[in-house]
Amino acid sequence: MNTTPLRARIEGIGLWAPGMPSWDAFRAGQVLADAPARPAPTLLPPNERRRAPDTVLVALQAAQAACEAAGRDPAGLPSVFASTYGDLAISDHLCQTLATAPAEVSPIRFHNSVHNAAAGYWTIGTGSMAPATALSAGAGSFAMGLLDALAQLAAGAPAVLLVAYDGQAQGPLQAYAPSRGLLGLALVLAADDGSGTGTGLQAWLDPQARADTPPAVAAGNAMQPALALAQALATRQPQLCLAGNPCALRLGLDHG
Amino acid sequence: MTILARQPKPVPSLPATTHTPRIQPLAVTAFTATTALGRGRHAQLRALDAGMSGLRRNDLEGLALQCWIGRVAGLEQAPLPPALAQWESRNHRLAWMALNQDGFLKAARAAVARHGAARVAVVVGTSTSSIGDTERGYARLQDGRFPPELDRAPIHTPHALGDFVQAATGAGGPCMTVATACSSSAKAFAQAARLVQAGVVDAAVVGGVDTLCGSVLFGFNALQLVSTRPCKPFDAHRDGLSLGEAGGFALLEREPAATPQAWLAGYGESSDAYHMSSPHPEGLGAQLAMNQALARAGLEPAQVDYLNLHGTSTPANDSVEAAAVARVFPDTLHASSTKGWTGHTLGAAGIVESVFCMLALQHRLKPGTLNSRQPDPACGPQIRFATARGPVSHAMNNAFGFGGNNCSLVFSRP
Repeated sequence: MNTTPLRARIEGIGLWAPGMPSWDAFRAGQVLADAPARPAPTLLPPNERRRAPDTVLVALQAAQAACEAAGRDPAGLPSVFASTYGDLAISDHLCQTLATAPAEVSPIRFHNSVHNAAAGYWTIGTGSMAPATALSAGAGSFAMGLLDALAQLAAGAPAVLLVAYDGQAQGPLQAYAPSRGLLGLALVLAADDGSGTGTGLQAWLDPQARADTPPAVAAGNAMQPALALAQALATRQPQLCLAGNPCALRLGLDHG
Repeated sequence: MTILARQPKPVPSLPATTHTPRIQPLAVTAFTATTALGRGRHAQLRALDAGMSGLRRNDLEGLALQCWIGRVAGLEQAPLPPALAQWESRNHRLAWMALNQDGFLKAARAAVARHGAARVAVVVGTSTSSIGDTERGYARLQDGRFPPELDRAPIHTPHALGDFVQAATGAGGPCMTVATACSSSAKAFAQAARLVQAGVVDAAVVGGVDTLCGSVLFGFNALQLVSTRPCKPFDAHRDGLSLGEAGGFALLEREPAATPQAWLAGYGESSDAYHMSSPHPEGLGAQLAMNQALARAGLEPAQVDYLNLHGTSTPANDSVEAAAVARVFPDTLHASSTKGWTGHTLGAAGIVESVFCMLALQHRLKPGTLNSRQPDPACGPQIRFATARGPVSHAMNNAFGFGGNNCSLVFSRP
């Protein structure tokens, strides 16, 4: 396979899961009884926050936390947004409306229905004119998002923001696109020039490897496979294997 | 409506592009497109050359809206072969139809055989994937589930297109579906190019497919962006877009076995950081994407012979894009929008118009802007309504999407 692994340093981590509203809470492994039910990223003004889709909130919350942890100005970072399904609540609502009263489709729901809605809100909220992408790759969505971010570093970007998230399925779509609760994981990845701080990461595709099982946090959320990396970082594992599409993505971690 | 918008930045504050390094050009060894103009490259070329539009009055069943559309004829009578039947959807029928033109599927499978399945990536773009069939499921629910013919999970997800193309081509490398609205299949080129150049794979099947469905017809209509007449990009009297559907593919290879059809010379990507569904009023994001694409291609603006504009025919897009083009390029550039031929094919616009750029390189054909008569006052001399002929060494394609997501690509003649 790819003989030269792709490399990066993880400069910052942001996480939001039900009962674990931060990376620190996840790392401590404790579900907080008083954790908020909905993320509230301060990037959005309160009225925007109320109206924004839940998936946008969880993505922005994790992204903002990762940038703060990395001490990076979000405006300068190219970003990769990976989500298996995008906002299923909006998809359900659009399909219901189209089935009953198509002329009543809401213009805001429509523009919020694009898969790059979170990327759009992020670049607007941070004033970032850097490139942003949004992708889906089934169960391999996180791995493919990570691969794209690493390829951007290899192409010369000094640092890249990776944001992975999924939300709650609703209505008839639940049977076909199952996902429960809200989950967001974000990483600020920097080019590994040997001088940086943070955990070193190497990645290479492996068609034969089997993905590691993620921890039982955010169970049933479509982005749960991403937590295999969060777990490996929290417990300082030297390596892991992420579900890919179809090739698994092997990672080596140097915790320094 | 909610306006999540920042004040536009002053013009001189364009983020620096001086650090964008030139890239090694990447070979395009096969390419194809299927649109309202017909199936495959020859049909595109013939209609572009003759100035024949593919737009027709909306005649989609169950989607009554007074507008003109670029519908691909014959999809209703073109089921998928039995081996791919589990992927049955309008979007995958169009994907399959497009893959089977111009020898593309054969070329893709040959690349898989030559490089090994795991060394060939699939990076495809779409804005709505197969959601038209999800909509049909909602319209015909049986006890809360979709009817048996739509009771198939693999199609009701954004990545359905990537999965389908992988199954159809046998490519076994990384597979992802880019969904950045109307820039999707242009971004696919940039993302695939990086995977190839990073050595992750040796080749990539790129492209995109989008099909007409209720979400986009009624969604764009809700935003008051759909014209009741055939669209007329950059015309002073334009009043909205015409929606279309299309599919197309290109094969990118690091070390081609034969002479390439074209080179992917550069790509540029940016965000407007302005509004979810309106472009930056000064087109700064567009300008940034074009500048970066030129820098990666190592070209001066005057070296570009043809620019296929995003040119949707909405009042906001065209004047902003024309102004950005006038700031970047000299008066000698021939720039045009081909949306009057195909309609706005959304996530497929990037691949369709990249194919038009590569056809321009090969056939010395610089399309004009169909249906348009009186230029918008914002149009510089770059915006051309008449089709022209002449050598094209380098061609650029612009694709801009909701969320302020911009991508420009440069293709060069071998």
